[in-house]
Amino acid sequence: MAARVLVGVKRVIDYAVKIRVKPDNTGVVTDGVKHSMNPFCEIAVEEAVRLKEKKLVKEVVAVSCGPQQVQETIRTALAMGADRGIHVEVSGKDYDTLGPLQVSKILAALAKKEEASLVILGKQAIDDDCNQTGQMTAALLDWPQGTFASEVTIDGDKIKVIREIDGGLETIKINMPAVVTADLRLNTPRYATLPNIMKAKKKKIASVKPGELGVDLTSRLEVLRVEEPAQRQAGVKVETVEDLVGKLKEAGRI
Amino acid sequence: MSSIGLTDEQKEFQKVAFDFAANEMAPHMAEWDQNEMFPVETMRKAAQLGFGGIYVQPEVGGSGLSRLDTSIIFEALSTGCASTTAYISIHNMCAWMIDTFGSNELREKFCPDLCSMEKFASYCLTEPGSGSDAASLLTNAKLQGDHYVLNGSKAFISGGGDTDVYVVMCRTGGKGPKGISCVVVEKGTPGLSFGKKEKKVGWNSQPTRAVIFEDCAVPVTNRLGVEGQGFNIAMKGLNGGRINIASCSLGAAHASVQLARDHLCIRKQFGETLSNSQFLQFKLAEMATRLVASRLMVRQAAVALQEDRPDAVALCSMAKLFATDECFSICNQALQMHGGYGYLKDYAVQQFVRDIRVHQILEGTNEVMRMIIARNLLTES
Repeated sequence: MAARVLVGVKRVIDYAVKIRVKPDNTGVVTDGVKHSMNPFCEIAVEEAVRLKEKKLVKEVVAVSCGPQQVQETIRTALAMGADRGIHVEVSGKDYDTLGPLQVSKILAALAKKEEASLVILGKQAIDDDCNQTGQMTAALLDWPQGTFASEVTIDGDKIKVIREIDGGLETIKINMPAVVTADLRLNTPRYATLPNIMKAKKKKIASVKPGELGVDLTSRLEVLRVEEPAQRQAGVKVETVEDLVGKLKEAGRI
Repeated sequence: MSSIGLTDEQKEFQKVAFDFAANEMAPHMAEWDQNEMFPVETMRKAAQLGFGGIYVQPEVGGSGLSRLDTSIIFEALSTGCASTTAYISIHNMCAWMIDTFGSNELREKFCPDLCSMEKFASYCLTEPGSGSDAASLLTNAKLQGDHYVLNGSKAFISGGGDTDVYVVMCRTGGKGPKGISCVVVEKGTPGLSFGKKEKKVGWNSQPTRAVIFEDCAVPVTNRLGVEGQGFNIAMKGLNGGRINIASCSLGAAHASVQLARDHLCIRKQFGETLSNSQFLQFKLAEMATRLVASRLMVRQAAVALQEDRPDAVALCSMAKLFATDECFSICNQALQMHGGYGYLKDYAVQQFVRDIRVHQILEGTNEVMRMIIARNLLTES
């Protein structure tokens, strides 16, 4: 039986919030804005908890990287059934430039330290849409990866993953230890129940600094500018197909 | 703004309730209202999360939370459907009464099923002849051997006819409040029948019927507390019930303010969005301010009740009076801001208005709230 599953959970701006760009175009407004767990991370936590309920894994550890507030996100994972949490403390400038490369280094280090046999992540975060962390983590660990998972089945020390790909569904079998990233249809996350929220209070969240894991947080990327998408322009009505073709040629579209 | 001053744990409770309201209730709120559906399956899902007996003790299946936790949860759930949440709060009140005043046998018999909503409950106090003057109730309970035989009828009973467990205030003794006892009557008991389903302006996701007792025999062991304690039990139930109903009004007002704000940002007249109109900006500001004020009153009353403070009853009455009045006004103004669209059933705001109108009437009219508060002030030493 796989001993330990590491689940990464990211605190992001809530999906229902109307995003506003900061006046200085350096990023989006986050102060006072409602945040919650990235929806794909919720699906990852749900899958891990289900594996535990099926007695296929022994322990689910929820990890999040960021300032004090990410502990809220870890608590949500605990309320869903994770056993304990790890808060990797990253704040200030380091947090502003924290991206998939840094997070995957952290997760790889933790996976080794915690002797995890499975790392489950959301396929991407809804704020940066990078879709890189899972893949990078697998590469750093030299572990197989099953990304965009819509179904995960553990069979001994192998995992069958059905992946959602452009052409349809692909089924692969990978050896453990492995990294899996959750896609939308993998499962429907449970609501935390009131008793579980109260039990979560007693579960432990350990704090650790990236330095202790030997991770260098230096970013290789520099964000130059953040702006809103161009305003949608009004369309033009045309009378005939000839007019349409003419206009498309004018606009250099054909 | 609804999370200010809450502990991390309370924010978690609130989040689950908001999510449940948005995903499981809001999409169905109009259908439940228009088709008069009692959403049993959805309420059972809510019960699985612990919402069936929020302030009932864990040893009999409840969640063992505080009155403030309860208020936060009902306020959030109400944003999804005020009518259904109001029924859930009545159900919770009944479960608490049995948990608090029932014998261990009664608690073990009824509370687990109520907390899981395997069974549903109704609170039976009002009669055709006694509403505000509740203590003048006439439903009689004559002791015959080891049973009380009940005769009489209750009016306006939420859930009546569809629920399984009836918490009934009835007269076992002489006139006035001291002659009243509280007994639990199960559906299916011979002599228990129901009137026709009432047609209401709102609260349509819960059936309302008269509950009729004709030589209905109820075991004496089904009595909560001692003989003559029934009115006291009923009022203690209502103290919490008033906070819960006020919380439902808060949720409806919260949702309505959001709907109004969204509408103002979309609707254009005179060449600009309504949100540019200073009058509407000021109106929205007033609505939000009154909502926050109402919320503070309700939450403080909840804390006072939890701590069993001497001023708790007055505070609960004040909170119910203030919040239900203010929130109805807020929802009504939100409807006005929608213009003609506000009057269409395609838009949710009219349902919030219709659903919470009755909160100013039941669980003690807002006039009775004034009576309680005045009495409290005038007998203060």
